[in-house]
Amino acid sequence: MPITPQRLALTAATATAVFAALALTAGSGRAQPRTDLVVGMQLEPPHLDPTAGAAGAIKEVTYANLFEPLLRVDGDGRLVPGLAERWSVSEDGLTYRFSLRPHAKFHDGTTADSADVKFTLDRARAADSVNAQKAYFAPIATVETPDPQTVVVTLSRPDGLFLFHMASGDAVIVAPESAATNKQKPVGTGPFRFERWVAGDRVVLARNPDYDGPAPRIDRVSFRFISDPAAQVAALKAGDVDAFTLFSTYEALPEFRNDPAFAVTVGTTEGETILSTNNARKPFDDVRVRRAMAHAIDRGTLIEGVLYGNGVAIGSHFPPHRQGYVDLTGMYPYDPAKARALLAEAGYPNGFDTTLALPPPPYARRGGELVAAMLAEVGIRARIEPMEWAAWLEKVFKGKDYDLTMIAHTEPLDIDIYARPDYYFNYRSARFTALNDELNRTQDQARRDALYGEEQRVLAEDAVNGFLFMLPSVTVQKAGLTGLWVNRPVQANDVTAAAWK
Amino acid sequence: MTRRSPWPVSLWLGAALTALLVALALASFLWTPYPAEQVRVLARLKPPSAAHWLGTDHFGRDVLSMIMVGARNSLAVGAAAVGLGLLGGVPLGLLAAGLGRWGDEVLARLGDLVFAFPSVLTAILLTAVLGAGAVNVVLALALFNAAVLARVTRGAALAAWRRPFVGAALALGRGPLSVTLVHVLPNIAGIVVVQATVLFAVAIVNEAALSYLGLGIQPPSPSWGKMLGDAQTYLFTAPLQAVFPGLAIALAVMGLTMLGDGLRDWLDPRHRSSGVL
Repeated sequence: MPITPQRLALTAATATAVFAALALTAGSGRAQPRTDLVVGMQLEPPHLDPTAGAAGAIKEVTYANLFEPLLRVDGDGRLVPGLAERWSVSEDGLTYRFSLRPHAKFHDGTTADSADVKFTLDRARAADSVNAQKAYFAPIATVETPDPQTVVVTLSRPDGLFLFHMASGDAVIVAPESAATNKQKPVGTGPFRFERWVAGDRVVLARNPDYDGPAPRIDRVSFRFISDPAAQVAALKAGDVDAFTLFSTYEALPEFRNDPAFAVTVGTTEGETILSTNNARKPFDDVRVRRAMAHAIDRGTLIEGVLYGNGVAIGSHFPPHRQGYVDLTGMYPYDPAKARALLAEAGYPNGFDTTLALPPPPYARRGGELVAAMLAEVGIRARIEPMEWAAWLEKVFKGKDYDLTMIAHTEPLDIDIYARPDYYFNYRSARFTALNDELNRTQDQARRDALYGEEQRVLAEDAVNGFLFMLPSVTVQKAGLTGLWVNRPVQANDVTAAAWK
Repeated sequence: MTRRSPWPVSLWLGAALTALLVALALASFLWTPYPAEQVRVLARLKPPSAAHWLGTDHFGRDVLSMIMVGARNSLAVGAAAVGLGLLGGVPLGLLAAGLGRWGDEVLARLGDLVFAFPSVLTAILLTAVLGAGAVNVVLALALFNAAVLARVTRGAALAAWRRPFVGAALALGRGPLSVTLVHVLPNIAGIVVVQATVLFAVAIVNEAALSYLGLGIQPPSPSWGKMLGDAQTYLFTAPLQAVFPGLAIALAVMGLTMLGDGLRDWLDPRHRSSGVL
């Protein structure tokens, strides 16, 4: 076949086209980072309005993603700008001035301005408020709005935790137009907006194109609810979920750690796990009995048995990673003989019978069984009463009708619950209440830390509850996923910084 | 009376398995390899070995010891639930058959009320209301058993009342109570015993189901159902955990069911199956 110029041109053109096509394929074949994300959670939220419910799952879906408070807590526990870009506090600690982001908008297109902030704060502290943390808003005297971008909040008494509380999920800013329907169709100011909720399965959020802050790298995030531990492991292995937060099937962790396709992080939470004790009920009204119980519990074994070693012991109601922590874990070393002696001294040489109410989480059911076995060693025969959440909240938490129960208190910096006279511990201490009052008046950080230390000491000396361990924040995620929180200073699955490598 | 035929295979096997179950339960009073409630966290989730024949559970407790004491608990709950069921159901069934007409009708409708719900559901409901625990599980299961036994007794007793010797006894001037006790009851005893054996198996399954859900026997006392429930968490990490309690439940139920079937075949040759399983 003779080589003609036409044929040569044709060949060249074909070759060029083929090369171009190859180049194109290669270009598109170079792995585009994924822009979607599936996060596994154990519990499904009852609804999606964090200003109207205590369930942690509500905040885990919406905090920082869909709704924004004035200030936010970041993954390291620091206060960072939320809807307010700047804030200042007066010398006397009574006046707070917040400057809002000028172009902030709600997902329905309405502007987010000082009127919305005033509406939110007034709604949360109103007499008919259903806010789960109504006490956070109690110090507020007035909320003024000198201009659309400025909010001035005046307190009736100093509150050292006010900013911290205003950064909680309970204080997210909502609009009067949508506040009533936020439970089913939440409308916030965050970088993600609500897309759909498949009941019993997942909530899907999509990137908000009108967001006035830095855009997230993820386009769409699904929160999938999987309560069964074996199914959680299976979902991770099958790739159905990209990350599982607050993972509690601790015995499966070695397997994920040894698999290069996964990354495991173990961080801190604010969950002080305690053996709550009804201080008003006999024989627990006797401090010797409570101290005997403290000596009877081997925290090391408990942490190994329940958390497979992924947790730290506490000696009072305060997390070790927080400023102001005092290590009191040595106050009541594991000593069954001493426990028996203390019981005999209190008039119970043969121990006594009692009940141990256990809510559903695995740490409580498993831990409770171990605690009961340890108490039995010194003669305290605790009958286990497994309970559903609703029954536990009604009977134990609200009704205060219980002897012992096991629960993690996950609200951050919640040592002040011991100053509440009507709280379910039935603990009353003039010493503690005085310390707490002083703490509320104090702005100076060094003095605050000292007061926190004193409070911890009082609780440990009184052995109010059995102080057991901190619940860990365990995340199992696919290798290549970055930007999820390791620690959990507030209840949140903040995906605004999540990205695929 | 016809001459009784030799024991069918199912009766042999059923009796053997049931005897093993009873022996295991009785032995647990005298000896277990370890105390069944002894926790040793560091020795947890071990596979079977010379020291622990069936391995250890998630708290390091000896599985064989737990299964032995669990057999005792299962048998106790089953026996109590069936015993109470017999005490309640048989007199009611005899009464219904003896009363006839509206008395029979009332008792039959009451039975329908119990049957309207599956037995496990009734038991879950009752333990949810009364609280979890072995006693309430027994009560819930006994209620169901009483209804079943009343119905079975009534049917059998009605048939017995129509037989000539009962008519003859009545004609001789015997009162209904005496006829019931002397002529009716002995003639239906076989049917009731067979039914009670089957209900025993059902009670063991239901107790296991309730304990699996956390409503039955409470820790630290071991229960097969609770062991299975705990093992579920470890299906990926220690799959053997589920095998032994599962096997125990399966063998116990199989043994009692086969015993019931065998007894029926033996007592009533018309029901005789081919003799193979």
